[in-house]
Amino acid sequence: MKLRKIIEKLQLKVLTGQENLEAEVTGGYTSDLLSDVIANSKNGNLWITLQTHQNIIAVAKLKDLSGIIIVNKREPDGDTLQKAKEENVLLLGSEEKAFDVSGKLYGLIGSKD
Amino acid sequence: MTMNNENELSQRFEIVGGDFSKAGKTSTSIKEILQEIGIDSSIVVRAAIASYEAEMNVVMYAQRGVLTLNITPMKLHLKLDDEGPGIEDIDTAMQEGFSTATEEMREMGFGAGMGLPNIKKNADKFEISSTPGQGTSLRITICLDKKGRK
Repeated sequence: MKLRKIIEKLQLKVLTGQENLEAEVTGGYTSDLLSDVIANSKNGNLWITLQTHQNIIAVAKLKDLSGIIIVNKREPDGDTLQKAKEENVLLLGSEEKAFDVSGKLYGLIGSKD
Repeated sequence: MTMNNENELSQRFEIVGGDFSKAGKTSTSIKEILQEIGIDSSIVVRAAIASYEAEMNVVMYAQRGVLTLNITPMKLHLKLDDEGPGIEDIDTAMQEGFSTATEEMREMGFGAGMGLPNIKKNADKFEISSTPGQGTSLRITICLDKKGRK
């Protein structure tokens, strides 16, 4: 399923990177531990997390994730937004909890692993 | 990037300890170089994971470090030497879940105790040595077989 459709269904707010919404999402990965995401997420996954600091951008970039969903109405730090723009990483915001976002995303695309 | 006449490529990166604003820059550069020269994507992912964890260890614990990428037709080497506190007990540090990260780092999602084990898992050969009070050295080798290059 394309990012655009997922953003619409999950009512996500696009914070940065709206130019690449036609990319296909390969699955999701929910975790707040950076090493876990680095080790276990897959190319094209949407990453669901409550982390808001700038180091999440390098992780998304390094693993070619399709984007990051920051949950629970949390706002990314200013330097996170700045870095996401520079690196062309899609940052999304949700008002819901990680459990709910993950459940809804699973309902839409299932697990490809 | 330097390329010698034996088809070897080598690049040196300096990493500054404590500078979280640049963390990930070295491993991202390494990934881009490997993609540019046409290394197979499964190898690129392994090298990216290993170099990210090596880089973050310098950022989190050391004063500074130098990571060198060296590629021969058959092998990819990552060599890291840092100046820092070193590791007292390497066997314990290699255990998954063991970490000396501060509370602040853990809140940021670091310090899962997965760094060194992640490096080892993604390497074909991994060597670590350390002198407490001086620094730590890592030697990571990933084999490039026929599938290593596109």
